[in-house]
Amino acid sequence: MMFSVSARKQFAGFALDASFELPAPGVVALFGRSGCGKTSLVNVIAGLLQPDAGHVVLDDAVLLDTERRISMPPERRRMGYVFQESRLFPHLSVGANLRYALKRATRPAFVNLGLVTDLLELGALMDRRTHQLSGGERQRVAIGRALLSQPRLLLLDEPLASLDASRRDEVLPYLETLRDQLAIPMVYVSHNFDEVWRLATYLVLMRSGKTIAQGAVGKMSLNPELRAIIGADAVGAIVEGTVLGADPSGLMRVRVGHGELKVQAGAAIKGARLRVQLLARDLIVATQAPQYLSVRNVLAGSVTSVTDDEGDSDLIAIDIGGTTIMARITKAATRDLRLSTGTAVWALVKSVSLRSYSIGTKVAPESQDAE
Amino acid sequence: MWLSASESEALHLSLSVATRSVLLSLPVAILTAWILTRRQFLGRTVFDALVHLPLVLPPVMVGYLLLLLFGTRGPIGAWLERAFGLELIFTRNGAALATAVMSFPLMVRSMRISLENVDRGLEDAARTLGAGAIDRFATITLPLMLPGVLAGAITAFSAALGEFGAVITFVSNIPGETRTLPLALYSALQTPGGDSSAARLACLSLILGLAGLLLSEWFARRVRRLLGR
Repeated sequence: MMFSVSARKQFAGFALDASFELPAPGVVALFGRSGCGKTSLVNVIAGLLQPDAGHVVLDDAVLLDTERRISMPPERRRMGYVFQESRLFPHLSVGANLRYALKRATRPAFVNLGLVTDLLELGALMDRRTHQLSGGERQRVAIGRALLSQPRLLLLDEPLASLDASRRDEVLPYLETLRDQLAIPMVYVSHNFDEVWRLATYLVLMRSGKTIAQGAVGKMSLNPELRAIIGADAVGAIVEGTVLGADPSGLMRVRVGHGELKVQAGAAIKGARLRVQLLARDLIVATQAPQYLSVRNVLAGSVTSVTDDEGDSDLIAIDIGGTTIMARITKAATRDLRLSTGTAVWALVKSVSLRSYSIGTKVAPESQDAE
Repeated sequence: MWLSASESEALHLSLSVATRSVLLSLPVAILTAWILTRRQFLGRTVFDALVHLPLVLPPVMVGYLLLLLFGTRGPIGAWLERAFGLELIFTRNGAALATAVMSFPLMVRSMRISLENVDRGLEDAARTLGAGAIDRFATITLPLMLPGVLAGAITAFSAALGEFGAVITFVSNIPGETRTLPLALYSALQTPGGDSSAARLACLSLILGLAGLLLSEWFARRVRRLLGR
């Protein structure tokens, strides 16, 4: 699978000049602050916005190529579009909204009404009018409707942005289910990094109309451009590991690099892939193997870089065996511990400050990075 | 029934003329409303003014204009008669045409307001789901502007029942063919001893007009509730 997009368009006071390539099936997240052109780029992909120049190619289907004067109209592109404000048809019931998409699908159904109803738990909503739905339910119906059009690709434009935090947590697991159970590539637009690192396999950073960096999520979590968007406190390595099993206290043991993390991961099964976020501000660095501590996780490694973190702190990148994690410590600590490239260190982190999510089975491994 | 035979004839004729008038103008008005709301073109303002012209012109003048165009020697009238054997002058179809022209702006206005409130985003959504232009119009745009279409039709129907000047100028005042309620009322007033007949016809017109307006309002509310607005 190959998905390639580029678009240039001049607006009054704003220029879109973006491109990205998704090398493998999965979820590509377009991430950046509000107003950076994410939605415009998605509209170009859907065909709702005509760029001055650009292309949209999905495998061997050329949906747009301004040089070759190809521009397929949106109704023939088969892009399942989930809008921020759901855009359910108010004169139709939930069931009729879903069937609207199904009736107009041009290729054989790979997603049928039963499957969508099951995956998104829409059974009880079928006869409701759309204005009787909660925000979370509306978005579930909108996702179901987009899927039933049998799309080549699912475009999700801030699908959770209009929901409050609890509704958001209600819908997110459904999106994870889709990612893991349906082999359908997705483009996920968001300005919320928590959603992005939980869902995406591939991350494209955008700033004022331009795509500034892209790559697999794990690799991008170390990218300095990301820090500029999410802020120093949210910076941290996102690593993927395999669940080894539960330890006697009930924590999940996860193999990461050469080391092992103990994570509160609920009912993760042995062999499952888990994505763990280690916030740089939560990591402690030691130059001797620590003893007599409550900390559950001690990862041995060596410093690969020390970079200034704008202010009185440094970001220390530590290789723990093929995987890099990051710690933010004060410059005074860097000096006292004499940290520099190659220093052998132990990184400490409390299990309670780790967050982890299952990433299912259909996720591209981290080795498939692309710049 | 408290109406005389000729009065009840005028009532039936009025209803028949108004129905024909609405059926004639409805599709044209929907198209006109759509063009005025959704299309940008040179001369749009002039077109808009033309559509609204019957509101400000003397109805007698509109009738006269119709006479020139659709009369037996008028360019369109002569052609209609040759091609379809359709006679407009002195007929109820002619009366329907005159009332259709007069109530056209009212109808377009109501539809336009409704169409302007239709969320274009919903049409885009239908588009991404594979709906082509005609499909989108029929399944999304038209149902969502329906409150305005029906309110417009009911208002136009009520106005058509009461149209006087254009009708009497274009198709004259022929009992049983073109003598609608207002024309019958006018004739009654001209006839010695027609006072009680005139009063009954005036009452009837009042009831019909009021019922039309109330029905239109009730209907608009009902549809709004159905759409959850």
